[in-house]
Amino acid sequence: MDLKEKLVSSFMAFEDGLDLDHPVHEERSNAIKNFETKGFPTKKDEAWKYTSLKGLQKIDFSIFPKQETTLEYKDVKKYFLHEIDAYKIVFVDGVYSSYLSETTHDGVDVCLMSSAFSKPMFKQVIEVYFNKAASKDESLTSLNTAFSKEGAYIYIPKNKMPKKPIQILHLATGNEAALMLQPRNLIVAEDNAEVQIIERHQSLTGNEVFTNCVTEIFAGKDAIVDYYKVQNDAPTASLVDNTYISQKNSSVVRVHTFSLGGKLIRNNLNFYQNGERIDSTLKGVTILGDKQHVDHHTLVHHAQPNCESHQDYKGIFGDSSTGVFNGKIIVDKIAQKTDAFQQNNNILLSDKSTINSKPQLEIFADDVKCSHGCTIGQLDEEAMFYLRSRGIPKKEAKALLMYAFANNVLESVRIPELKVRINKIIADKLGVRMGFDL
Amino acid sequence: MAYTEEELKKELETKEYEYGFYTDIESDTLPKGLNEEIVIAISKKKEEPEWMTQWRLEAFRAWQEMEEPEWANVTYKKPDFQDISYYSAPNKKPKYNSLDEVDPELLDTFKKLGISVDEQKKLAGVAVDIVMDSVSVATTFKKTLAEKGIIFCSISEAIKEHPELVKKYLGTVVPQKDNFYAALNSAVFSDGSFCYIPKGVRCPMELSTYFRINQAGTGQFERTLVVAEEGSYVSYLEGCTAPMRDENQLHAAVVELIALDNAEIKYSTVQNWYPGNDQGKGGVFNFVTKRGLCEKHAKISWTQVETGSAVTWKYPSCILKGDYSIGEFYSIAVTNNFQQADTGTKMVHLGKNTRSTIISKGISAGQSQNSYRGLVQVNSRAENARNFSQCDSLLMGNRCGAHTFPYIEAKNKTAQIEHEATTSKIGEDQIFYCNQRGIDTEKAIALIVNGFSKEVLNKLPMEFAVEAQKLLEISLEGSVG
Repeated sequence: MDLKEKLVSSFMAFEDGLDLDHPVHEERSNAIKNFETKGFPTKKDEAWKYTSLKGLQKIDFSIFPKQETTLEYKDVKKYFLHEIDAYKIVFVDGVYSSYLSETTHDGVDVCLMSSAFSKPMFKQVIEVYFNKAASKDESLTSLNTAFSKEGAYIYIPKNKMPKKPIQILHLATGNEAALMLQPRNLIVAEDNAEVQIIERHQSLTGNEVFTNCVTEIFAGKDAIVDYYKVQNDAPTASLVDNTYISQKNSSVVRVHTFSLGGKLIRNNLNFYQNGERIDSTLKGVTILGDKQHVDHHTLVHHAQPNCESHQDYKGIFGDSSTGVFNGKIIVDKIAQKTDAFQQNNNILLSDKSTINSKPQLEIFADDVKCSHGCTIGQLDEEAMFYLRSRGIPKKEAKALLMYAFANNVLESVRIPELKVRINKIIADKLGVRMGFDL
Repeated sequence: MAYTEEELKKELETKEYEYGFYTDIESDTLPKGLNEEIVIAISKKKEEPEWMTQWRLEAFRAWQEMEEPEWANVTYKKPDFQDISYYSAPNKKPKYNSLDEVDPELLDTFKKLGISVDEQKKLAGVAVDIVMDSVSVATTFKKTLAEKGIIFCSISEAIKEHPELVKKYLGTVVPQKDNFYAALNSAVFSDGSFCYIPKGVRCPMELSTYFRINQAGTGQFERTLVVAEEGSYVSYLEGCTAPMRDENQLHAAVVELIALDNAEIKYSTVQNWYPGNDQGKGGVFNFVTKRGLCEKHAKISWTQVETGSAVTWKYPSCILKGDYSIGEFYSIAVTNNFQQADTGTKMVHLGKNTRSTIISKGISAGQSQNSYRGLVQVNSRAENARNFSQCDSLLMGNRCGAHTFPYIEAKNKTAQIEHEATTSKIGEDQIFYCNQRGIDTEKAIALIVNGFSKEVLNKLPMEFAVEAQKLLEISLEGSVG
């Protein structure tokens, strides 16, 4: 039985355990119908031209993990940003782990989708926001919507800010030979609220994991949302990460994506600007080796005047790795005075690595400033020579230059401890210990 | 200011297509529709050898299996391929020795176009192979060219007189089955130009053809083949205007360029087919496949000025097969009213140390849609490939759209690829500056647009540059303030 059939047929079983009168029920049923018609995207779809999910569909993933596993904090400590105090929402094989988590309802709600779905006090928020930004057309998003049950629920009311950042961690134990996870996150920052979130998916063994994640983020007027995605998973873990962001007047949303490991990563990052004077930032660093594959698909839809968007994606590709960047900017007729900037720089380190880049602009307004730049190149030989002539070994010199290349993106990370952590991972990837704190 | 913005807009919208007239020449037209018999009939009419007929049939059979592509960013009513007559030739077609013998009506047509043959003759020695409704009517300067060993004739003539050359090169760059329109063209092409430059010869003049769709309801299926032997050079011009027609006319041409070692081909196009009226009614569908193949140290340079056609679908490409070969693409695409253009280029780097440059300028006004679609592909064996791309768009008014779809695929670590794109409008301060100095708004816009497109206009041969500038003005006058 192929994966699609398996998913569609397990939907019934999945629904059995749920409240069928809940308004979400209808969303789920519509979504599974859409997925059933469309199926998994193939290379024939323009958006999936360079990324194939064929290999994944051959694996017999178990959709509902059979047993719950408890993990000791000390065993998984390194996957947390443990240097800082933070709220934690932790899932083990898709099941919430209260033991590892630290949630709150003190002024702000940092808890679970499952309780948000079931408890009446959250009903209104779910009705207003759930599945309102996510695409009802895209098949993998629909698949997630159909099976939406668990994930992080973060609600920040007007003028509030949680005391500390929030970490969302998805752990896969490897108890199942092959596991498919479909977390669903909802993040709402009401007017003038502020929140910082770090999200990470981590597989603890070499067993296959396929995560199809959907995150919806709503930013009210003047709200500020910082979202960091750390993708440094095991070489057998695949991730399709769909993020839908809806912004209102003068809000600021920044999403940083660090793609440093995994088998196949596909990021669909979609920004919808539904107000004026909005600022959207999309930044990413990708450093890959082996046969890894990362595909960044971004969309910024400028629907109102006087908004800005900044995109900056850097990629370094070694061995037989493949990188894809597809950045789409749409500027509607009425979105005058839009300032949209997009940049994508890539370095190929090996003859077997590949990069496919497609920066795409669709502009319908005339009084706008839109530009994009894309480069593919190598490390500057003169700069290498300069460093080497000053006694820096080749490996370090190379690492230094690559670090400098990626630094633009790191600069805007607003949690210093996270910056240090990312730097360490990068240094690790490049195989060097640089003599200074990056 | 002489005009208000409103008046300017009105004038532009109602500005009649200047070259929209229809010459009444008796034509020999085949019945509408397309099937194997028609393909054979075309081949017979052209007195083609058996291998050519078979070649056409092969293409036709492939075409039947194909589907019309839909990926382009254009919307239009698909032409009914069974409602088109695939062959039409002017009836009076004796071979002329001098221009005096040419049908005066035909000469008048060219005069209206502002490209009278005698004027062309005088102008820097341009030999014109005039293609009117698919059959070559007049060829000048053939003698001068023949002395150098250059063959410049219609493709049907070439099939008869130089079958070995045609057989060797036809379909090598754009195979019959390449795409839907190329297959259609391969099956039914009526005429076109053939050009062969022998080894080491530098063609002393700009070669040029003018294409024209004349007979109502006949599509034009041109086939051009340019072969430049080792170390030769040729500059080739192609220009188009079409008379006013209410139903959409189909134009599906194929151009193949072959530049052997150290050869250089410069191919320039000014395209001004009828774009349809201000309601978006009528106009030519222009679905063209243009491709060049570069051997070692060869260079192919495409320059195009696209102002006409209701729908344009055109990607002049370079296959950089030989080491150290160079591909260039310079383009200006102007769309107004309801025109749609999806145009760009493909640069396929296969050889080592290959270089390519892409400069594309898109200008959209009215309710038109202008897209740049390009591919830069560096294959794994293409060491040190270098590409620079720049695509700038200029928008006039907020009812039009500019789109870019650049595909960049690199499989070699030594590749160096740069891509830039910007979108902007004509600055009010720029216009104000001109107004201040006594230049009215309309002229100021022409001036600014000219400046915007200068990089491309500069690449055109002199006499074409003049024509191109005129076209830009006609297409854009007073589109916006």
